[in-house]
Amino acid sequence: MITYAMVIDTRTCIGCGDCVVACKNENKIPAGLNRDWVVETTRGEYPHLSTEFRSERCNHCAHATCVTSCPTGASHYWKNTNIVLVAAEKCTGCKACIAACPYDARLIMHPAGYIDKCTFCHHRVDQGLDPACVSSCPTHCMHFGVLNDADSPISRLLRTRDYKALLTETGNQPNVYYLL
Amino acid sequence: MVEEVLVTARFNPKVDPSLSIWSWEIAVYLFLGGLTAGIMCFAAWALLAEKDKELPFAHDRFALWAPIVLSVGMTTLFLDLEHKLHVFRFYTSFQPTSPMSWGAWILVLVYPLMALQVLSTLRRGYPLFAGWLERIPSGAELLDVCERLGRPIAWWVLPLGIGLGIYTGVLLSALSARPFWNSGVLGPLFLVSGLSTAAALAIIGARQAGEKHFFARADLTLIAVELILIALFLINLGTGAEQQLAAVHMVMGGAYTMPFWMWFVLPGLLIPLVLETFALRGIRGFALIAPLLVLYGGFMLRYLTVELGQLSSWTDYGIQFDPQLLLRLE
Repeated sequence: MITYAMVIDTRTCIGCGDCVVACKNENKIPAGLNRDWVVETTRGEYPHLSTEFRSERCNHCAHATCVTSCPTGASHYWKNTNIVLVAAEKCTGCKACIAACPYDARLIMHPAGYIDKCTFCHHRVDQGLDPACVSSCPTHCMHFGVLNDADSPISRLLRTRDYKALLTETGNQPNVYYLL
Repeated sequence: MVEEVLVTARFNPKVDPSLSIWSWEIAVYLFLGGLTAGIMCFAAWALLAEKDKELPFAHDRFALWAPIVLSVGMTTLFLDLEHKLHVFRFYTSFQPTSPMSWGAWILVLVYPLMALQVLSTLRRGYPLFAGWLERIPSGAELLDVCERLGRPIAWWVLPLGIGLGIYTGVLLSALSARPFWNSGVLGPLFLVSGLSTAAALAIIGARQAGEKHFFARADLTLIAVELILIALFLINLGTGAEQQLAAVHMVMGGAYTMPFWMWFVLPGLLIPLVLETFALRGIRGFALIAPLLVLYGGFMLRYLTVELGQLSSWTDYGIQFDPQLLLRLE
C-alpha cells in the first residue's frame, strides 16, 4: 500500500488562506462550503505569546473511521492507497461518516446531497502533480509525497524536524503532519 | 492559555459550529425502533409462555403494532437521507464494520419475521383481518401454517427483537468520534428503554385489568433497570478521558443539565415510576398518564442522546466567520 502524506511547516505558514482558495477553484466547491481551512492557535500569556498556523483538511487516515462506518461502501480508499474518497453514486447521504470523523472534515455537498471531502486532489496525484493547495502555497510551507518511501522529500523532512499530527490518540492514524 | 480559531471562512452547513446532521428524524427512528423491539419481545414471550388467558392483548393483538410502528420509524429515517434516490445502495453491499449496514440487513430479516408473527396470531387477535385474508386463494392455508409454527416463529422473533433493540444503541455508540455516544452501555440502555416503552403501550392497549396490572409491574422493573443503566452510563463517561469528561459535563452542570434531568429523567422515568407504584397499590386516576409519560421519556432519551452526541467532539475551534456574509453573494 502507498501512504500519501502532507507535511506542513507551521513555522513558514503565514495563514494567508491561499490553500483554501486553490482548493475551491480546483475542485469547484460551491460557495459557503470548504474542504480545507486554516486554524490559528495562540498559546501563552500576553506578552509571551506564540502563534501557530495550521492548514487543515481531511487527514486521509490509514485507519479511517469514516470508511469503516459507511454502510454502502461509498467511503473507500483510492487504489490501494490511504487516500479516502467518496463514490457519489453509492452515497445515500446518511451522514454516518460525518459523525464518525473526529476532525469534522466532511461536509454535505449541496445541492447534490452526497458527502464531500478533501481528495488530496487524487486526479492531480494520478498525473504526478501535487494537490492544488500544495502547489499554490506562496511560502512553500506545504509538502506532499509518499510516506513509506524513505527517500521521499517528506520522509526526509520528518526525519530532520520535530513534528506532530492531530488527534493521534483517536487511533485513526492521520497522515497530515505539522513541522514544529 | 490555548486559543484555537479558524482564520479562513469555514462554515459547512450542519457541521459548523457544531454537528447538527441528525435531528428529530433519527430520534424518532431510534425511539420507534426500540418500541418495535419491545413489542416483538413481549408478543413472542407471551406466546412462548402460553399466556393466552392472562395476557390476551400481548398474546394475540400486540404483534400487529410492531410492523406499523417500525414502518413509521423507517419513514422518518428515509426523510433524513440527503440523497434519497440512492436508498437502494444499502442493499447493494454489506459492510461488516458499519453498524448501519448491519441495521439495514437486520431489517430484511425483521420484516418477514414480523409478518409471520402477525399471521400466527391474526385469527385470534384480529378476526376481521383474518377473514379478509381467508378470502384470497391460499390465505387460509397460510394462516394455518403460521399458527402451527407459532412457537418456532416466536423463538426467532425473540432474539431478533433483542438484537434490534441493542442495535439502536450500537448505531450511536460505535461512533468513537462523538464522546457522549462512545459507551457500551448505550446498547443495553436503549434495549431496556424500548422494552419499557412497549410495556407502557401494552398498558394502554390492554383491556383486562389483570393484564394492565402485569405490564405496570413489568414497566416498574424496567424503569428501575433503566435508571440503573443511566447511572452506569454517566459513571462510564464520568470516569473516562478528557473528551468524555467534557461530554458528561453537559448534563452534569453544563448547558444541558436542566433538559436532561428536568425534561427527561424526572417526567420520563421518576414520575411514572411513582405513578405506576400508586396504580399497583390500587390508587386510581393515573391509568393513562403514567404510560404516556414513559413513552415521552423514551423519546426524550433518544432525542437528547442524538443532540448531545453531536455537541460532544474532539475538535472545538472558535469561528470568526459570519455566515450571514454569504447572503451578500446572492
